[in-house]
Amino acid sequence: MADPAMKASELVKWFGEGEAKTYAVRDVSFEAYFGEMLFIEGPSGSGKTTLLSMISGILRPNSGAMLVENRDIWSLSSDQLADFRLNTVGFVFQDYHLFPRLTTVENVAIPLILKKVEWNAAMDTSMRYLEIVGLKQRAHLAPVKLSGGEQQRVAIARAIASSPDILIFDEPTASLDGDTGRKIVDFVKKNILTEKRCIIIVTHDSRIFEYADRIMKMADGKIIGLEKGGSREE
Amino acid sequence: MAGILRIAFKLLVNDKGKFAALLVGITFAVFLITMMTSMFAGILKRASSTVINIGATIWVMDPAVYTVASSIPIPDYILDAARSIDGVNYAVPLFSGGATVKLRSGVYQAVTVLGLDDTSLFGRPELIEGNIEDIYAENGFIVVKDAEFAKLDDPKLGTEFEINDNSAVVVGIAKVTSGGLFGIPSLYTTYNRAIQYLPTSRYTVSYVLIEPKNSDAIPHIKEEISKLGYEALTKDEFMEKVSTFYKYKTGLGINVLLMTVISFVVGLSISGQTFYTFILENLEKFGALKAMGAKGRELIYMILFQAGFSALTGYGLGIGLASLVIAGAKLKLPSYAAQITYTNLIFAFIMVVIIAGISSYIGVRKVIKIEPFDIFRS
Ligand SMILES: Nc1ncnc2c1ncn2[C@@H]1O[C@H](COP(=O)(O)OP(=O)(O)OP(=O)(O)O)[C@@H](O)[C@H]1O
Ligand SMILES: [Mg+2]
Repeated sequence: MADPAMKASELVKWFGEGEAKTYAVRDVSFEAYFGEMLFIEGPSGSGKTTLLSMISGILRPNSGAMLVENRDIWSLSSDQLADFRLNTVGFVFQDYHLFPRLTTVENVAIPLILKKVEWNAAMDTSMRYLEIVGLKQRAHLAPVKLSGGEQQRVAIARAIASSPDILIFDEPTASLDGDTGRKIVDFVKKNILTEKRCIIIVTHDSRIFEYADRIMKMADGKIIGLEKGGSREE
Repeated sequence: MAGILRIAFKLLVNDKGKFAALLVGITFAVFLITMMTSMFAGILKRASSTVINIGATIWVMDPAVYTVASSIPIPDYILDAARSIDGVNYAVPLFSGGATVKLRSGVYQAVTVLGLDDTSLFGRPELIEGNIEDIYAENGFIVVKDAEFAKLDDPKLGTEFEINDNSAVVVGIAKVTSGGLFGIPSLYTTYNRAIQYLPTSRYTVSYVLIEPKNSDAIPHIKEEISKLGYEALTKDEFMEKVSTFYKYKTGLGINVLLMTVISFVVGLSISGQTFYTFILENLEKFGALKAMGAKGRELIYMILFQAGFSALTGYGLGIGLASLVIAGAKLKLPSYAAQITYTNLIFAFIMVVIIAGISSYIGVRKVIKIEPFDIFRS
């Protein structure tokens, strides 16, 4: 197989000290590849968000190593780490975190602005991404004017605006009705996933498992199983 | 860089309620601070109005004199001595004293009388009516047309009145650069008539006014005068002495300072509090920006920009409002003393910078501490 997009080795994260010390993630190792959609599934509190944060340069592990595109991200300086988050990963937060005081297109442009793309060029590019997610008509509205599913698509447009190699979704369908959730994941699989991109999705929602290439099951901070997803057609 | 500042600007300005509250706080503080200090500057300037209006380069006085009006008479030999000092072009006496005028209507009115040297009329005001030569006419007095003019029942050339039981006649109407502080009208006459009409002590000269041959002669003149036990001050030094007196010896300065501090604290609390709430409400967004790859210093620039922009806008509004109010008050009350000086503007600006600095410091501390993980997890 090709080089993995990312490779986690024995990642460990605990919170608290002494009596209160709890392990959120224990000795997690896995690999994810370009061109695949990897799902992470598990009960609440099993460490999924903690793991996502460690693999995306947001939360420093207590031990273990994280290679992304063969770079050990936790040995980077904080500025390099910020650049890594800016250029290599795109997030879709569970509750979107759109900026209510900015228009939809300005929201999508944020990663480009952070990359110091000139304002008008950033708006033009963002318009194209809004078009991809089918929201060009909504570009100049405030995000609060949009429905939940539309906001989710804005968040996706924002995550892909800086063309990251790795896309990370935390519970993308949790606040959507089943049908909208399926449509979004279907859309991502058909339009956003490419051979050069790796998408990791944390979810409880078994209705979307059919879109997974692989499903990694977590419990109590550990990986307890790895299955093929529902729609793998190879 | 410009891009994130533009984002910061939109986050701030599009939050209309909070932005308005921020501006109100800062504008209010700037307005109060400017009003206070302008009023004080106006008072200080007016306290020295005679010094400004007479315009002499050097004033010789008893060292115990602190305000122009409360002069202490100087013996005549000081005038003679001053005339013989090297570097003195000329030296003349000035009489300054209070008197009571009985108007035609029978009403009494306190006035200030300035007696100008008979030969030179040094320090004479600019006349808008009448002829300066008429000051030598029998019982001639010149009335100053300032905010207090009406208190003399708007006299005209030829209007008669009594001054300390001597009859007097208006022979000229003058204008002066600076109005007085105490709200009483001013009259000019000759030195000799002044000391003849007004009760005086053994000595009659209030001040000796000196014009030096050139400014290099000033130190020598001051030294010679001080050898005689008197004090020679330049115009600016005299005004400074008067200001110092009002600032530190009258309670006026302390009160104005207190009010300024209160305005500052009120403005700081309103705007600091509002800015803090603004940052708290946007904390999640700053966290999201961090998660998306914004660097810590970029977030700091955003906050500094937001605080700085609010502060400058509030500063402009506050100064504008103060100017409007002062201009309006001057229309209604001609003797209203406030004036905005550059020092006031700079002072208010420094206050605003401090307000912005403290507000953004609080904001920056919060934003630096946020962990994007906590945002990610929510
Ligand atoms: N900042 C923290 N301080 C203390 N404990 C924490 C912290 N963050 C996470 N934990 C603990 O770590 C464990 C894993 O949390 P995590 O959020 O990763 O779970 P999760 O699988 O994402 O759960 P959910 O499905 O509810 O989102 C939990 O027991 C949680 O209480
Ligand atoms: Mg979670």
